[in-house]
Amino acid sequence: MQRIINFILTNRNTFLYLILMLFCLNITIQSHSYHQSKFFNSSKWAIGTLFDSKSSLTDYFGLQRENQRLVQENESLRLQLLNTTTNPSATAKDAGMLQLYEVISARAIKNNIAAPRNYITINRGETHGVAQDMGVITPLGILGIVENTSAGYATVQSVLNTKSNINAKIKNTNYFGSLVWDANDHQILQLVDIPRSASIMVGDTIATGAMSSIFPEDIPIGLIEKYDLNQNQSSYNIQVRLFNDMANIKNVYVIRNKDRKEILELQNRTDAE
Amino acid sequence: MLNNAVTLNTLRFVLLVLAQVLIFNSLNLYGYINPLIYVLFFYWYPIKSNRPIFLLAGFLMGFVIDMFADTMALHAMAALTVAYARPLIMRFCFGINFEFQGFSFKNTTKLQRFTFLACLILIQHVIFFTLEILSFSHILLILKKILFTGMATLLIGGLLSSLFNRKPV
Repeated sequence: MQRIINFILTNRNTFLYLILMLFCLNITIQSHSYHQSKFFNSSKWAIGTLFDSKSSLTDYFGLQRENQRLVQENESLRLQLLNTTTNPSATAKDAGMLQLYEVISARAIKNNIAAPRNYITINRGETHGVAQDMGVITPLGILGIVENTSAGYATVQSVLNTKSNINAKIKNTNYFGSLVWDANDHQILQLVDIPRSASIMVGDTIATGAMSSIFPEDIPIGLIEKYDLNQNQSSYNIQVRLFNDMANIKNVYVIRNKDRKEILELQNRTDAE
Repeated sequence: MLNNAVTLNTLRFVLLVLAQVLIFNSLNLYGYINPLIYVLFFYWYPIKSNRPIFLLAGFLMGFVIDMFADTMALHAMAALTVAYARPLIMRFCFGINFEFQGFSFKNTTKLQRFTFLACLILIQHVIFFTLEILSFSHILLILKKILFTGMATLLIGGLLSSLFNRKPV
């Protein structure tokens, strides 16, 4: 016994190193397979506050471009509004859509693009109605899915995350696949599992599909950059160039699907049977 | 004298963490280069140190940066390993001399200090990027990131360390 204790005492640095290392490995490997660690993330109050004050300082540098973007978005929204009022049937349909989704505006206060698992921190949290698994978009296209929330902040799993897997389709068709990222280029995503029978062309638009209860259908994602068949020649691997400039994200919208709970319950019940 | 060293290192700790998370983590040079300059903490830390405290400080530093950067515990692992391996690297770079009482940074040549910094950076980057991706199919990406981010860290770290060089006492 004495000798064991002596052994531990003489090698206490190594033991300290090993214990701390095991603790770290545990956290890291857990979040590789499942969600980001619930406790150690940047949605926490102190970290959010620091990033918030940094971003309120640096936001001035991009003000002009951001204003331009918002004016462009207003323009396109205004266009939609003017065109729908002249068409009563479309108004009724859109009113139904409006009741299904709620939109919460937010500002990205931290954004990563260099890592294989990137997260964005936004300055809206539980008190504003943000919850896990809500979709986040920008005026140009999709951005990611809310992963962790605190009272005033939330972290968003960016589409630039090897864990991200979003239902997407080729616009104006019903061929859908999964949107994933191979960690190589922050402007290019991969759309897989589009069947070979689909007729696709370089330059086609990719949008979100109807199979998810997170994003509404037809939110733009990007354009087809190039494509080839996968190994067993049965489906396409498509390289998609994003509409969003992921390195420059400021104003974002969190989307809440009011029917999501009902959809999930129904799916769970069906799976259980 | 002891108080002085504690204050100095605490200040360094805070400033390096802030510099890392607020400036260097959002650099994104060429889309992916974010120098990990907090390695300077291990470069500047006193030679005669209480090792358990040094290990804990290194771990804490990495962990705080991890929380800011949403990288689970990757920075913590890299920093911890650098802290653990530091005496070994010092013996490798400065020879057996560094175990004697009279040894200080001032007696070392520029080349020796440069090698020391380069070795710290190499270990930190190898651990960080290997564990970050953790996949053999991405081996080229890992090597690319280690090489270019390491070079950027060495450049900026070298500049910072000569900028804040303490006057010989």
